[in-house]
Amino acid sequence: MKPVKSNLFNMIMAMAVVSVCSAASIGYVYQKTKEPIEISKNLKISQAIEDMVGKFNNKPFEEKMVFMNGSMELYPAKENGELTSVGVKTYSNNGFGGKIELIVGFSRNGDITGYKVIQQNETPGLGTKITESKFSNQFVGLNAFSDNFELRKNGGQIDALTGATISSNAVVDAVKKAITVYGDFVKGAQNGK
Amino acid sequence: MASKSIENLTRGIFKENPVFVMMLGMCPTLGVTTSMANGIGMGLATLFVLALSNMAISLVKNLIPAMVRIPCYIVIIASFVTIINLLMEAYLPALHAQLGIYIPLIVVNCIILGRAEAFASKNNIWQSLLDGLGMGIGFTFALALLGGIREVLGAGSILGWNFIGEEGYPILLFVMPPGAFLALAGLIMIYNKISGANK
Repeated sequence: MKPVKSNLFNMIMAMAVVSVCSAASIGYVYQKTKEPIEISKNLKISQAIEDMVGKFNNKPFEEKMVFMNGSMELYPAKENGELTSVGVKTYSNNGFGGKIELIVGFSRNGDITGYKVIQQNETPGLGTKITESKFSNQFVGLNAFSDNFELRKNGGQIDALTGATISSNAVVDAVKKAITVYGDFVKGAQNGK
Repeated sequence: MASKSIENLTRGIFKENPVFVMMLGMCPTLGVTTSMANGIGMGLATLFVLALSNMAISLVKNLIPAMVRIPCYIVIIASFVTIINLLMEAYLPALHAQLGIYIPLIVVNCIILGRAEAFASKNNIWQSLLDGLGMGIGFTFALALLGGIREVLGAGSILGWNFIGEEGYPILLFVMPPGAFLALAGLIMIYNKISGANK
């Protein structure tokens, strides 16, 4: 078969046909993958919530409450209707590689049960250590209302990671935001009673 | 015929390796190879796009007027990349999160347009598929090797298995961007020694 000549009609037709076929196939795959993508995204968050909060038999992810114009989310974990703990989805834009997102768990009296990183873009081998227990365990057991959440060099009690002060600070920043939301939630719950 | 097929398949793996010889696709090569798993994942994603786009372009090569072939090829390649991106996001979310921005950037990887232009637009579908597979395997091999070396030196682990323990001190430089250049330069040096280039 001879190659098609490059006249105006052929060129427009070729480009139009290629574009339409591409758009159709992408549209088809998009429709097919929309649901699995949504599920896998939610699964990651709900898995992190389950790891962080205490006992529950409700569905914390589906009972989420939105704070700060939708940028923060709070997931109440309840056992037989009684609140046991909450998970807060928080973020900081001050990471070394941009935004980091965490799920922070709080027990009923305001003690932090830990955090889980759900999104980060930190330097491999340095900043990514924020996901490891050696750093994250420093937050476990601290009280949201009575403890000072700062790095040690700023007068607090969190040891920064060597070579990753900015990442460490971003985690502290995100945890502080979570504490604000948790405080609002507790106040709201008291006023509601 | 058979020998030509084997030649087309194996050429990309060693003799004309896209990374070590043609020096194409340096952006993902240097960017994602912080660990062996990332290198393999990126290599396989590129392999699929390369094989599919080579076949598609070989199929339509006579229907596309020469003057608009590059835009048409890019649209075809971009569609395959978008489809692979969506499929990975749906079924391999962990790997997709690791590779992030580099998956959409496969579109502008020179290897793919390079093979479309240099090979698929002149050969039949079967040979184009073999060429795409060969180049893809060569690219995966290079990325896995580079990622493996950087992971061993820079993180003290291999495929996520840590062998120096929590207290070890790996050479962090190798998982950071400058380490990519150093490791690649070292690999190309050894490669040229073995293949006898620059004699």
